[in-house]
Amino acid sequence: MRAYEDWVVEAETKGLKISSIVLQNQIEELELSEEALFERMGKNLKVMRESVKIGLSGKRRSASGLVGGDAAKVEERRKSGTTLIGGPMSGAIAKALAVAEVNASMGRIVAAPTAGSCGVLPAVLFTLEEIFHSGEEELLSALFTAAGLGIIITERANVSGAEGGCQAEIGSAAAMSAAAAVELAGGSPRQTAHGAAIALKSMLGLVCDPVAGLVEVPCVKRNATGAMIALTAAEMALAGVKSAIPIDEVIDTMAEIGHQMSCSLKETAQGGLAVTPTGRKIRADFL
Amino acid sequence: MCLRFIGGDGTVSKSNVFDLLGPIMVGPSSSHTAGAVRLGTMARKILGEEPLEGIVTLHGSFAETGKGHGTDVALIAGLLGMAPDDERIPDAPEIAKERGLKVRFEKADLGDVHPNTVKFDLTGPKERVEIIGSSIGGGAILIRQINNFRVGINGDYPTLVILHQDLPGVVAQVTLLLATAQINIATMRVSREKKGAQALMVLETDQKIDEAVLDLTRRLPSIKQALAIEPLE
Ligand code: SF4
Repeated sequence: MRAYEDWVVEAETKGLKISSIVLQNQIEELELSEEALFERMGKNLKVMRESVKIGLSGKRRSASGLVGGDAAKVEERRKSGTTLIGGPMSGAIAKALAVAEVNASMGRIVAAPTAGSCGVLPAVLFTLEEIFHSGEEELLSALFTAAGLGIIITERANVSGAEGGCQAEIGSAAAMSAAAAVELAGGSPRQTAHGAAIALKSMLGLVCDPVAGLVEVPCVKRNATGAMIALTAAEMALAGVKSAIPIDEVIDTMAEIGHQMSCSLKETAQGGLAVTPTGRKIRADFL
Repeated sequence: MCLRFIGGDGTVSKSNVFDLLGPIMVGPSSSHTAGAVRLGTMARKILGEEPLEGIVTLHGSFAETGKGHGTDVALIAGLLGMAPDDERIPDAPEIAKERGLKVRFEKADLGDVHPNTVKFDLTGPKERVEIIGSSIGGGAILIRQINNFRVGINGDYPTLVILHQDLPGVVAQVTLLLATAQINIATMRVSREKKGAQALMVLETDQKIDEAVLDLTRRLPSIKQALAIEPLE
């Protein structure tokens, strides 16, 4: 079982970014060249970009009719200049909703790490791109950092709502996004670890309770709040705020909490929001 | 892990960057949408020709939450040969009509199987086949039964499926033929109806099984049918 800490130490000693360490590791593991890896990751980035755009257009609705059009509402408010939390943050909310809405309405997305949590990483990534005018290569590198942390999470815990609750899906997505954001903003390898740890800590205990078993309620909006937590955690880490509990221990805790979580709260739609009076009604009406 | 009656978006344990970021897929669920497309595609490959008619029986979570996840639409898309990232997936029912593929859906309890399980009864111009398969998480699938035979095909490898008479030496003939063709066997499973009756051999290989090898296999004595299935992307 590998530790993210090992990659941080390796990056620090060699004076490299986490993304370089992940790349090196994957070149060996997948027996692919760096160019081939970048090319394949480029396809992911392209689809992420398209899904943001399509979602923001606000035209898509899910089959159940529960989801769609909210990304466009937030984007419109942002463009009008009246936002509570500032342009970049409200833009991130809109983008996260956009991608999650595209997913719910049978559009094309990149599972990151899952389909249910597909909006968090694109939202964070493209928000940073707008702020820092990052180049394509930097964005791709940040994706390798995110995926690298994801690999550690799957080795020490999991990224499945059925196994670990929503903390494993949206929580992992937020942690991966925080690490990517810190690197993209010029933070150190150590700071990516703190950012990821702060983000995941904020998500611990979150249950998976999809209404009617659909990846719609609460999933779509959790993508937006997950992106907020990722950006907030990254901001703290970049300012030099440290996580008292190191990332690997937070990941292990996430696994343990998932273990202790009741089955009714792990994607079975037998607990949580799924069994509220309204949740039950939605289920009865639709199915 | 908890027994899952209602589907969502489960994934399997993963280990490379593209498992974590990917697949590129049409939503909303890797198990109920992407996995369903792949099951349809595998069923089509096993039939070995353009399907004309299909009776598709949904079990468990597929039956319960399939509608909201577009499982039915995804299964049709797979039968039409689409990949899980094909943006025409939502239009699969109309495309099926245009191409003359008739699909009827039913719901049934298929017994003690994975919650995301489907049975296909497929008819093509020449062939008919019954297939049972499950979507086991993260888009991964497992074909569990072909006609009356239990199998275990996940679409990761080129696969050779052989229907033959249960006689001594048949297995050796096939493995010898593959060895001569420089095809390495990754896994192999033989199951039979009863002693001396029909048997099914399933071989997963490291190399592609080309037409020539398939042809030679078909000409071996005691072989009734042989089918090469290419791996899923
Ligand atoms: S509630 Fe469950 S299905 Fe929805 S995003 Fe969270 S983990 Fe995924």
